[in-house]
Amino acid sequence: MTAVPLWEVFVRPRRGLSHQHVGSLHAPDATMALRNARDLYTRREEGVSIWVVPAASITASSPEERDAFFDPAADKIYRHPTFYEVPEGAEHI
Amino acid sequence: MTGVDDVLALGDDALIAAQRLAEWTTNAPELEEDIALANIALDLLGQARLLLTYAGELEGEGRTEDDLAYLRGDREFRNVQLVELPRGDFADALVRMLFFALYQRELYDGLVIGDDARLAEIAAKAAKEVAYHVDHSTLWTLRLGDGTPESHRRAQEAVDRLWPYTHELFEGDVPREGWLAAVDAVLAEATLTRPSDEDSRFRPTGGRKGVHTEHLSYLLAEMQVLHRAHPGASW
Amino acid sequence: MYGNDIPEQPGTAGLLDEVAAAERDLAGRDHDASADPTAYFDAVIAADGKIEPRDEMPEAYRKGLIRQIAQHAHSEIIGMQPEGNWISRAPSLKRKAILLAKVQDEAGHGLYLYAAAETLGIDRAELYRLLLAGKQKYSSIFNYPTLTWADVGAVGWLVDGAAIVNQVPLCRCSYGPYARAMIRICKEESFHQRQGYEILYTLATGTPEQKAMAQDAVDRWWYPSLAMFGPPDTDSTHSAQSMAWKIKRFSNDDLRQKFVDMTVQQAGVLGLVLPDPGLSWNEERGHWDYTQPDYDELFTVIKGDGPCNRERMAHRQAAWDDGAWVREAAMAYAEKKKVTT
Repeated sequence: MTAVPLWEVFVRPRRGLSHQHVGSLHAPDATMALRNARDLYTRREEGVSIWVVPAASITASSPEERDAFFDPAADKIYRHPTFYEVPEGAEHI
Repeated sequence: MTGVDDVLALGDDALIAAQRLAEWTTNAPELEEDIALANIALDLLGQARLLLTYAGELEGEGRTEDDLAYLRGDREFRNVQLVELPRGDFADALVRMLFFALYQRELYDGLVIGDDARLAEIAAKAAKEVAYHVDHSTLWTLRLGDGTPESHRRAQEAVDRLWPYTHELFEGDVPREGWLAAVDAVLAEATLTRPSDEDSRFRPTGGRKGVHTEHLSYLLAEMQVLHRAHPGASW
Repeated sequence: MYGNDIPEQPGTAGLLDEVAAAERDLAGRDHDASADPTAYFDAVIAADGKIEPRDEMPEAYRKGLIRQIAQHAHSEIIGMQPEGNWISRAPSLKRKAILLAKVQDEAGHGLYLYAAAETLGIDRAELYRLLLAGKQKYSSIFNYPTLTWADVGAVGWLVDGAAIVNQVPLCRCSYGPYARAMIRICKEESFHQRQGYEILYTLATGTPEQKAMAQDAVDRWWYPSLAMFGPPDTDSTHSAQSMAWKIKRFSNDDLRQKFVDMTVQQAGVLGLVLPDPGLSWNEERGHWDYTQPDYDELFTVIKGDGPCNRERMAHRQAAWDDGAWVREAAMAYAEKKKVTT
């Protein structure tokens, strides 16, 4: 028998927030995965909307790429507002 | 005016269905399904509690939900026989849920717009739960009916075994047409055959009058044993 | 959600604060990247950071975690049986609902944990196989029978209580997915211990028969609950390395002591007696002295000869086997629909 696929589950905790990853589960298809996610991850009113995504469909950056991906952002501090000096007396900036 | 027996019938249906469904805990085919069945049993148990409490108030003799659940004998229960039949296999459980949830949907749809405000309130809450039970049992009936040869065989056997007991559901005010159309649609998509009315001369009945199958007394013996062993105790 | 008309139970609030603190600390910690993966692992551990699924990690760390998380998951699943035993006979409809919801939570917790184990590259089906083949263990406490309704209370108060003391430090475990699963579990479990305590309080203040039932249950569950923390530190085979890798944060004996210290006071509020004549406050240590559980019995149960080992495994095996045709049907249906749509 083929393995039952793994699904990653994302829940929107309440309106106004984005979906957040909450965990995973196994289900034969998307329809069942969505129901299982409802029963497993929203028993205590934790959500108002659910996504399920086949785990196999996720492409992730790898730890080996960590330096190349994320380090170059470190020295570009001019992207943050705190980099700039604001002359005394200027308001609402 | 709503009669005590009418409300007891609704409450007993939900209670006995919940008791049977809860037997699946630790026995479901997968953990995800164990959780799903427990959710549905909890919904039914919640409905039973509201309905039995209301029945006790209508009766006016101070009986609580627990008095009614634990201190009546099987001849005093008013549930249909369908819900008391033994647990059976997974096909029995889900086909029974399909038949019963579709019936409850018709029932509660009627109560929501009925004269009894209290029942309307209970029905409005229960209707959302039942919609999920219909969804769950539909999905599984499709998968069992149209899955493997073995699952198809088991699902068809469950339909054939349970069908005679569905007639009792429609002895009261709930119309059968809408229910039958909904059942037909699911069974057809699931490649399952619905027994024809002409062929089904076996139509067990009596639950609403307290005449049950042999199974209910055993179910109650187990459910009530502890409560009855300590008369008057609080839990 | 369920009415608590009993005195506030000491101890639990502090533990829940620890869970909340662990959750806050998950955010806002990261570490300097280093070209050397082993150095990266060591640096993260040293700085109390989290290892995430695709990071390089020592094979022994990965294997040890799989063993521990799987054992934890199996315990949740097997643990459903002794409590599930009383769902059909719960003495009131309210208690029935609470117990059903609780046992359902255990299934959920098992699932969260299996999911955490799977991030380490092992499939859940394989973990089931290892459990049923007896290659992986579950907590030996669940090999004791629940003989009366009071046992449901005692399991909630003592067994879940001991489990919480064990689990709260795991919310700070160095492996991210395990720590996150534990935070979710600890938050949900806070109602489990309270419902057990409430059951015992109701019995202890009820009829004489009910109070006797409660005392009998505490008599039988006390020492097995102490044994849940594992063998004494001097005999524990996995502890040292687990502590170094910050999987485990406190020793078996430290946690056992913490549990005893919390529980003595709670027993007093219940008016029930813990079955240990040696219990006495030690002013010098600032802790309660207590009699150690029978570790020979613990090892007998771990090796498979507890009262219910065979039944628990047979039950799980039967449920799995009976469900095979259902799982196959669902997969066959999914395959069919994939082809035709």
